Amino acid sequence: MTQAGSNVVVRVRGLEVGFGGVPVLAGLSLDVMRGEILGVVGASGAGKSVLMRTIIGLVQRRAGSIEVDGIDPAAAPQGIRRAVERRWGVLFQHGALFSSLTVRQNVQFPMRENLRLSRRLLDEIALAKLGMVGLPPDVCDKHPSELSGGMTKRVALARALALEPSIVFLDEPTSGLDPIGAAEFDELIRTLQRTLGLTVFMVTHDLDSLHAVCDRIAVLGEGRVITEGSIETMLASEHPWVKSYFRGKRARLAARAA
Amino acid sequence: MNGGVLLEAARRDGRLALSAGGMWTAERAGELEGLIEGVIARHQRGAGADIDMARVERLDTFGAWLLERLVRGLAAAGGEARVVGLPDHYRGLVRQAEEANRLGPTPTRAYPFAAAFAAVGRNVGEIGRDMAAMAGMLGALVAAAGRTALRPGTFRFTSMVHQIDRMGWRAVPIVLLITFLIGGILAQQGLFHFRQFGADLYVVDMIGILVLREVAVLMVAIMVAGRSGSSCTAELGAMTMREEIDALRTMGLDPIDVLVLPRVLALAVALPCLTFLGAMAALYGAELMCWLYGGMSPEVFLGRLREAIGLNDFAVGLIKAPFMGLIIGVIAAVQGLAVEGSAESLGRKTTDSVVKSIFVVILLDGLLAMFFAAIGM
Repeated sequence: MTQAGSNVVVRVRGLEVGFGGVPVLAGLSLDVMRGEILGVVGASGAGKSVLMRTIIGLVQRRAGSIEVDGIDPAAAPQGIRRAVERRWGVLFQHGALFSSLTVRQNVQFPMRENLRLSRRLLDEIALAKLGMVGLPPDVCDKHPSELSGGMTKRVALARALALEPSIVFLDEPTSGLDPIGAAEFDELIRTLQRTLGLTVFMVTHDLDSLHAVCDRIAVLGEGRVITEGSIETMLASEHPWVKSYFRGKRARLAARAA
Repeated sequence: MNGGVLLEAARRDGRLALSAGGMWTAERAGELEGLIEGVIARHQRGAGADIDMARVERLDTFGAWLLERLVRGLAAAGGEARVVGLPDHYRGLVRQAEEANRLGPTPTRAYPFAAAFAAVGRNVGEIGRDMAAMAGMLGALVAAAGRTALRPGTFRFTSMVHQIDRMGWRAVPIVLLITFLIGGILAQQGLFHFRQFGADLYVVDMIGILVLREVAVLMVAIMVAGRSGSSCTAELGAMTMREEIDALRTMGLDPIDVLVLPRVLALAVALPCLTFLGAMAALYGAELMCWLYGGMSPEVFLGRLREAIGLNDFAVGLIKAPFMGLIIGVIAAVQGLAVEGSAESLGRKTTDSVVKSIFVVILLDGLLAMFFAAIGM
């Protein structure tokens, strides 16, 4: 792992993805650096979620390469692919908690499948993880259907963090949360990223999140990355979509708040 | 990379000197837990301890929590424990772990003996609630039918036709096949045993009465309960889970009117039709069996059949059918609308729907048989 540019955790080059005859991503290239929070934005249908799902291997690509820590998971043999997959945690947009398991079982599930731990340690770690995402211990025996939207996202985050991943993929983490809950969740992501040394790949629509937590932003459009850089770069961009997104009416309010 | 001793213990100046090293991570957590429990178990009461974390290569939440557990374990044994040499970038993590599991969830005491009784009690309660829910659904359906009768324009005729197609028309092949086979099997058994008394011809009496009064309608009802009742429950259940039912309510529409009534009526229409077809297929199967296995010509079979059965036998089967359809629809709707948020609940309610409708169909058949016997039909 001492190759040149080992600071790049995820390297995407010339990625092409399409459904049927419709290309969604056409020659997309993107780097995710170690220890950063990368925000991915773009119009609805620009392929943000598709990009994320392609990187984590849920969507097949037509061309291009994806390397995670220098390994292409899709081309690697099973054992290596599983090792790479254990390095990331995924928070799906609607949580994707297993509805027939309790919160505690949801968080324990990846640990139970991948590690050999005593029951006591499993329980303690699950509670510790739930504590880290800001949930009280009494939620642990609830079922996902009894949770509020914000709690569901927190439990899903705790589950994504269950195996101590170094990369976390978040698909619209603050969608469906009220502004206060969203701000708290942003703060949580920031804190966890610092304490656990995570690399975060975050698909989002939330301007507040972009201002508050993202180190770098990549804008998707026309099947590729239109522009990338810090929030200042975004604000200075003259690309019409980027301009209207970051300097539109709602954007000004978010900027003032941040 | 996995080298290095995880935890070494030594005594120095009457204090326990623990030296941690290597990977304090999820992969080694099981091993580490054993080591830590060993150290705590062997620890002398009252002695202090120093935990040197300087040589730890990596620390994650698992390692941080186990460190905290070690500190608490040693503290509980009377001595204070100090963590030294912790690299700065792990401080935040260890601080997080210090706050974890301070107050666990209150442990619930288990009473296995009482729990067995409680389960029986809950089941009895559930039977009562089920009956109330069925009665409630039946009432809601009558009310919905009344409302629709007053304003026929609101009836969802297209929906009902679509359901008849799905639950009736598409069930025809399987119903024909199974009733045909059952008819043949009954005839073969009858012939085999009746022949010993030289009473071959009475097989036709038995088949005719049995098929028309009971077998056709029961087989069809059981098949429809398994085939369409379950799909109806699953459909309504998925709609409940995704708040589609609530959406209908907020638009001022009653889900009973929109979803349940067309399905129940479709079942009540489809079942008599399927029963008729099933009865014919069963008689045809029996006739073929009598001819090929028993050597009874079709003319003889039909002639005997004409004498053996009356219109009342035919009517009894067909009168029962719509009630069977009604009850299957009611149970499917009750179970479907009772689905809660989880995928497991959907599966359980679908199973419940099939099991309960088959049970109630058989129960109802028995009650109606007594009723028809009482009125001499």
